[in-house]
Amino acid sequence: MHLKYESIVREPLVDGNKTYRQVTEDIISPIEQKPGKMWYVGFFISLILLGYGAFSVFWEVYFGIGVWGINRTVGWGWDITNFVWWVGIGHAGTLISAILLIFRQGWRTGVNRAAEAMTIFAVMCAGQFPIFHMGRVWDAMYVLPYPNTRGSLWPNFNSALLWDVFAISTYFTVSLLFWYSGLIPDFATIRDRAKTKFRKRAYGLASFGWTGTAKSWQRFESLSLVLAGLSTPLVLSVHTIVSFDFATSVIPGWHTTIFPPYFVAGAIFSGFAMVQTLLILVRKIWNLQEYITLGHIEAMNKVIVLTGSIVGVAYLTELFMAWYSQVVYEQDAFNWRIIGPYWWSYWAMMTCNVVSPQLFWFKKLRRNIPFTFIMSIVVNIGMWFERFVIIVTSLYRDYLPGSWTYYSPTWPEVGFYIGTFGLFFTCFFLFAKYFPVVAVAEIKFVLKTSGDGFKKEMAKEDEKSLDVFVQENSHH
Amino acid sequence: MAVKKFAVACYDTEDTLFPAVEKVRHSGYKLHDVYTPFPVHGLDVAMGLKETDLHVAGFIFGLVGTSTAVGFMSWIFTSDWPINFGGKPNWALPAFSPITFELTVLFAAVGMVLTYCYLNQIMPGVKKHVFHPRQTDDYFVVVLELNEHSSQDEAIAFLNSTGAVETNVQIAEEGWWYGNWAEDEHYELAK
Repeated sequence: MHLKYESIVREPLVDGNKTYRQVTEDIISPIEQKPGKMWYVGFFISLILLGYGAFSVFWEVYFGIGVWGINRTVGWGWDITNFVWWVGIGHAGTLISAILLIFRQGWRTGVNRAAEAMTIFAVMCAGQFPIFHMGRVWDAMYVLPYPNTRGSLWPNFNSALLWDVFAISTYFTVSLLFWYSGLIPDFATIRDRAKTKFRKRAYGLASFGWTGTAKSWQRFESLSLVLAGLSTPLVLSVHTIVSFDFATSVIPGWHTTIFPPYFVAGAIFSGFAMVQTLLILVRKIWNLQEYITLGHIEAMNKVIVLTGSIVGVAYLTELFMAWYSQVVYEQDAFNWRIIGPYWWSYWAMMTCNVVSPQLFWFKKLRRNIPFTFIMSIVVNIGMWFERFVIIVTSLYRDYLPGSWTYYSPTWPEVGFYIGTFGLFFTCFFLFAKYFPVVAVAEIKFVLKTSGDGFKKEMAKEDEKSLDVFVQENSHH
Repeated sequence: MAVKKFAVACYDTEDTLFPAVEKVRHSGYKLHDVYTPFPVHGLDVAMGLKETDLHVAGFIFGLVGTSTAVGFMSWIFTSDWPINFGGKPNWALPAFSPITFELTVLFAAVGMVLTYCYLNQIMPGVKKHVFHPRQTDDYFVVVLELNEHSSQDEAIAFLNSTGAVETNVQIAEEGWWYGNWAEDEHYELAK
């Protein structure tokens, strides 16, 4: 009997009285079968979207950035809105895998693999926008500090935009390493039960020759813990630095000290919403309801209501500070956000981000799957509008009334955004087909303390009197 | 490396694994290794393994990252190509902090993962002998190394007495080699 005790009051993390063998079978067998019709349909649609995005980007690169709707007054439009939106979505994965590991939250094991995959794909999508926003994209490597024949001429290390280059690329690399180091043992599991030669060979390569010796598991745990420790400040730093892109400038509506925490909370908010959207589909299609339980969904909804409330407080603080500062530019910027020509974007943001998540205070709604699914999409629409509000409604009426303008995107801008959905879902469909969508080894690790069947055993132990318990276990 | 003879025992729960490892350590047989499908806490202590120093590598790589970032940016802005940004000091240390932090994390993470792969001897293309296909599924596999003096029947009888669900003797390569996982392995014991 395991003497590690977890209260039976806590909901089991794995339902349905599983053995180790069944865990492997449940999670890995979808990889070994032909995918269903829905998979092909979804994958094909994603490829079409990706193709349309590639065409839109080609159009922009060929004819120049003038084909976009941005102008001298509104220099950042949909492109940077989408960049910040995707980066924000990319925050949940590392939060789940790193911060929740440090806080010893057992429920992360069911969702961390898919959430980390989502992080990596979202950051890939995000990275496209600033790169193509450069216009002359063939000179993109100028942002890197490499020895060159122009001096060497170095980038400006004091610029928030360059900090962003370092932050996003470090974040992508570290997330990828963290994710893959966890995947290696699971690939070895697929390899050792593979029936076909091709699968054995491919997963043999992907598993790096992992065999699961005691020493390598010891190093694995040390690596996970240190990478989690490194990723925790990293995930907070990334959106902080993204907010510096705005906060270090002197634009009314941007030049505020509240931006870093406000951006980080918003990022976690939208990231968890995207995790909900994907996992509700994944658990249904791959039949993983016993691993991604209602308890997992409720836990994530609690994070959504918390971060949504933080975002709400930040919006109100911004308004208060604009009034309290007595700076006419600041006051006008916020006045026009609320009742100006872009009023609809401000109110869409307020409704989706501040009002609607408050419904998650009700336990019935937190545990309602269709409601959670709809809310997860509402939140992401709201968070998109938040970035649009911050960027466009701070720029379109600048200090010089003669250059005031109204900004709308053109088709290549919209197409670019649609294309990143194609990229994201193409990657996600491939991931869901070829990778274990739940971390197999980590589920086995929590199975005997938090699995349904073992909790039932514990309930029997709980009923015994202390004397009987001591007598039965004293030989240990 | 070398081809050797091994006695292999599989256990299906931790409850039999731990007493078995204990018995093996007191039996005089040489414990080659224990293979598990997931990290089993306390197994390293039961086997008498030392705590890993991998995190020290992470710390050292992190320091390298910090000093690379600070040194490089300081050298560029004070000596190689000083530029006047709005009359601010050339050596603008506070403005270097975001990149310094990012490079610290980047170097520590990449360096530590490479060290991890080196220590565990894992890399794409590396192949090792798998004693039981279920050692990455649900079996805990204890492997003893046999030498020319040890009787294999005695070893198997001993392992069976510890509650193993499956036992056998295998001749296998103990280290790693470059190879294709789809190919079968053939070994012969050197005389």
